[in-house]
Amino acid sequence: MTPSPGTNAKCEVSFTVNGEAKKLLAHPMERLLDVLRNDLKLTGAKEGCGEGECGSCSVLLDGMLVNSCLVPVAQASGASIDTIEGISAHVLMHPLQEAFLECGGAQCGICTPGMILAAVHLLEKKPEPALAEIREGLAGNLCRCTGYMQIFEAVAGAARRVAK
Amino acid sequence: MTVHHIVGESVPRKEGWDKVTGAARYVDDMILPGMLYGATVRSSVARGKIRKITFDPSIAWGEFVLVTAKDIPGKNCISLILDDQPCLASDSVNHAEEPILLLAHAERHKLRRAVDAISIEYEPLPSVHSMEESERRFTIIWGADNTFKSYLVEKGDADAVWKDAAHIVEGEYFTGAQEQLYIENNGVIAAFDPENGVTVWGSLQCPYYVHKALMALCGLPEDKIRVVQMETGGAFGGKEEYPSMIAGHAALLAIKSGRPVKIIYDRMEDMAATTKRHPSRTRHRTAVSKDGKILGGEIEFTIDGGAYATLSPVVLSRGTIHAGGPYSWPSVRIRTKALATNTPPHGAFRGFGAPQSLFAIERHMDRIAKVVGISPVEIRRRNFLKPGQTTTTQQVIREEIDLNHLLDRALKLSDYAAKKTRFAEENKDGMRKKGIGIAAFLHGAGFTGSGERYLNSVVGMEAGADGNVRVLVSSAEFGQGTNTVLCQIAAEALGLPYENVAIAQPDTTVVPNSGPTVASRTAMIVGKLLQSAAKGIKETLTKTGLLGNDYTPEQFRAACREYIAAHETLKSYARYEAPGDVYWDDEKYRGEAYAAFAWAVYVAEVTVDLTTYAVTVDDFVALQEVGKVLHPVLAEGQITGGVAQAIGFALYEKVVWQDGHMINNQMANYIMPTSVDVPPIRVFFEELGNVHGAHGAKGIGELPMDGPAPAIVNAVEDAIGVRFHSIPLLPEDLFEALRPEPLEQDAPFLTRGTA
Repeated sequence: MTPSPGTNAKCEVSFTVNGEAKKLLAHPMERLLDVLRNDLKLTGAKEGCGEGECGSCSVLLDGMLVNSCLVPVAQASGASIDTIEGISAHVLMHPLQEAFLECGGAQCGICTPGMILAAVHLLEKKPEPALAEIREGLAGNLCRCTGYMQIFEAVAGAARRVAK
Repeated sequence: MTVHHIVGESVPRKEGWDKVTGAARYVDDMILPGMLYGATVRSSVARGKIRKITFDPSIAWGEFVLVTAKDIPGKNCISLILDDQPCLASDSVNHAEEPILLLAHAERHKLRRAVDAISIEYEPLPSVHSMEESERRFTIIWGADNTFKSYLVEKGDADAVWKDAAHIVEGEYFTGAQEQLYIENNGVIAAFDPENGVTVWGSLQCPYYVHKALMALCGLPEDKIRVVQMETGGAFGGKEEYPSMIAGHAALLAIKSGRPVKIIYDRMEDMAATTKRHPSRTRHRTAVSKDGKILGGEIEFTIDGGAYATLSPVVLSRGTIHAGGPYSWPSVRIRTKALATNTPPHGAFRGFGAPQSLFAIERHMDRIAKVVGISPVEIRRRNFLKPGQTTTTQQVIREEIDLNHLLDRALKLSDYAAKKTRFAEENKDGMRKKGIGIAAFLHGAGFTGSGERYLNSVVGMEAGADGNVRVLVSSAEFGQGTNTVLCQIAAEALGLPYENVAIAQPDTTVVPNSGPTVASRTAMIVGKLLQSAAKGIKETLTKTGLLGNDYTPEQFRAACREYIAAHETLKSYARYEAPGDVYWDDEKYRGEAYAAFAWAVYVAEVTVDLTTYAVTVDDFVALQEVGKVLHPVLAEGQITGGVAQAIGFALYEKVVWQDGHMINNQMANYIMPTSVDVPPIRVFFEELGNVHGAHGAKGIGELPMDGPAPAIVNAVEDAIGVRFHSIPLLPEDLFEALRPEPLEQDAPFLTRGTA
């Protein structure tokens, strides 16, 4: 669902991605998802629906969980963006990745980058979430493979590991 | 040699780390130099003759690559079973969204406007949009009688049962279309050069299906077609046959342009144009004794195949064989048919016909129980298949399955009896009614009847000089754990650590044809073949005196090194051999339909909210016998995932059709379960084993799709006493069934029309 940029001229956009300053030329209404994937070769964010329903394009924009298919790149100007590729140094990343592997939280893997970012976002706000809070926190990220049970387990397990 | 069991352990998923770090490579993550993007111009009508195609002159058409049916070098069909489906429509169209023209351009964003700038004029022809219209045959849209395939199964004398019946119970049941809704849409990249032919990289389940289809379409020999499976973001059957179509389109554009072409569908195109689960209608007429024993009956099972045959004959077959459920039928006649309608062809989706016919029998069993005046538990107990008895196709149950034990355990795990009593009491007041329902079912593993014999699958295994082993199979990983489970089986068979075994990326120039990755066959059939291939590797090394019978991984490495120094490679292949005791008659549809069945009893607990008319599943117990559990975490993930999809099938997922188009082709209005919609799904296994499968494994992937829908609808009936026979069961259906009187009677308060 790449919207036609029409006749809009490209303009310069600057932001920080995974801690690195980036400056590039883009149509202001280009989707952040396309800029990340095509211009910056960060293909961890995936397009599932192109309309903000599935969450597989989730990234963190100034710490907020957003669907990058709904964010015009102009809106990301000056922002700090974190993608799955960049936040491996995040204190929550390793425990979450380990837990997703151990618990079976990743099957086909297409929702996994977005799901893990949603989990990071949740655990930052709620370090020890109850099951209902995990369900609520991940409700914007669809998974068709797992039935979610093993994802819940992974997120709860990672939270326990970090709390220790 | 220390025996450390790998099979049965939850070892790390082979490609897991790539998936949790975002490094896994899906087809849309791949860009080739000089690559163009492709798009498809589709039919806007359900049936008609193409009269005229006009290109709006405001577009610089010279910049685009354009492909029509005339550009097809080989045969204009998607070769599968009947070869009736064109790759590109040339003079007429038979369903909405049928591909007619292909475009490619280096700039992806220019494609949409170009597609919209092509107008096609049609001479409309009458079209058929339901199974009822199709079987009435006023309009013939396919063959002589709108019927892709029909089967007749007969056991005993089904006409003689009615006179002895204390009850004759009739019922009619419906299931709707369901979208697979893998989160990664269909996509491929194709490249062509005259020397090497066509190469396709794609999101797909069956590399050799695509290979076969491209040979016919491109008119190229076997060695000039290469198909590579990329990491695949979910499939569920939805990437079984359709990838042959989209790969064909990309290949045609690549051949014409001489440049690589990528076609990635967006969600709306994927939902509107690609396959879905076959809608179905099942009619039961059952003769039952006074004490609730099934004496016999008639079953009619009909599926809507859409405009072309594609896989409908095989889907119908599985639905036919599962139509009797896990019960003993002394006599039965099962008549089934797959009909043509002018919708996009329906296709493979997890369960493959079985969830449809099992929904019917499991609703019907509750109906019979009501008529006889016994409980849903008791009716099943009195009719369960037992070892030594035969199925509807007269297959003798040889395994020691005890369905009563399975049922007892499921009732206990779900606290069924106590809940049943408590709900009956609590439902007397309030607007939230609770209910509990059960479903018992079976699922045949592997291809039906003689299918595995025709497939004639081959697997390979290659040892390197470093003592590491690579598994060579065309079986695809799309989340279910193929890579991991097959490496476990190979490692255990070779007596090597799991880490020393890897699996090759499915690439038709590297791996043999191990059959399609479908039908819950991979762990059982392909796994078993890998054990033979491993034996071949070991025997090669022991017979040449390089290895003893007991060895360490280091000794194995030394032996491989020496062997390869002398012979260059160390490979072993194994081919499928049909077990001697599997007998099947394709004409009479009689005999050993499957080498093994998995068995299950599921229990669903629901709340029906009479204020919102919403049904919520509160608890779900899934108990199954699947032979040996090869990997507990993956096996559990197959069950929880299948149950969630089946909850969607039962309560949420409705395809809305208008003139043969799916009109809710977006995730915003085709609703699948989210993390807040699923109940706790509690998974339990029994492991009887299976002589035909690796380590006693049976199929597991499709089983969990079969039982949840009838268990849930049975629970809804338990909660509110209203009998529903159709899914998906949406709040508006409950509203319609429960409102005290038709809305028309309130009409004085409404302004009706302009009159």
